[in-house]
Amino acid sequence: MMSFIKYTLLILFFVLSLQKLSIANNISSEVDRISKNLRCLICQGQSVYDSQSDFALSMKILISEKIKKGKSEKQIYDYLINKYGEWIVYDPEFNRKNLLLWSFPLILFIFGALLIYRKVFIN
Amino acid sequence: MKKNIFYSSILLFFIFVFTIFFLGLDKPNFYKPKEVKNKNLQEFISKELFSDKQFSSKDIIENKNFTLINIWSSWCVPCRSEHTLLMKLSKKTELNIVGLNYKDKKNNAIKFLDELGNPYSKNLIDPDGIISISLGAYGVPESFLLNNKSEIIRKYIGPLTIDNISEITKIIQ
Repeated sequence: MMSFIKYTLLILFFVLSLQKLSIANNISSEVDRISKNLRCLICQGQSVYDSQSDFALSMKILISEKIKKGKSEKQIYDYLINKYGEWIVYDPEFNRKNLLLWSFPLILFIFGALLIYRKVFIN
Repeated sequence: MKKNIFYSSILLFFIFVFTIFFLGLDKPNFYKPKEVKNKNLQEFISKELFSDKQFSSKDIIENKNFTLINIWSSWCVPCRSEHTLLMKLSKKTELNIVGLNYKDKKNNAIKFLDELGNPYSKNLIDPDGIISISLGAYGVPESFLLNNKSEIIRKYIGPLTIDNISEITKIIQ
């Protein structure tokens, strides 16, 4: 009887510890994913994920705390954009200022299509 | 005629691209954030460096007309050069200087202040650097000038200069 209790307890602890482990892993992989989309502002050309600067290390701690508080990915980005401006995210938002940037590929595509059309059908 | 238009438009395009890139060469390639104006400071709670007592930023800021929050650290070299200017500023009674000790060891921080003087009315600690990020700071040193409604009036990235100091004195008078 005694040994049975001992073994069940052991198994229980083992299972519980596994669960704890997987939660921790979830958070850190989430932090990795989010920090890959953030630009490290004091070390140009690196993401927060890549950098080991003090700024990036603190940023990672902050992100993991936000996740633990149940904040969504979008909320974290919005929070940081509010603090540091849009430059911190790699994905530029669509607005009037960068309209040309976003539409330029489309314009080029249409221009090319027109050229081809003229070459093939008019001549 | 058609060919001419075609070639000249290509030439124009290249001149356009060239001028843009050429002008871009002169631009500094480090990012400078936009000036924050009248953005509210996010309240934070932290321990005081000497007494280990908890303080809220709100209580510290709102009892004087102007507060300068200075992020510093004993291991930060530019903070050392900035410190003499802070000591000068601390003689102005209109201004409340609050230190935020960034990722530092308590002993080193206290030694630093013993050596160079303590311009701060309060010194809160930021061991993980999280508070600094919630303030929108980049690193050390960095300073924020606030009014008594916790609004950020000015933000100084890097060590304070003599020009910054004269600007601050002008604002608080």
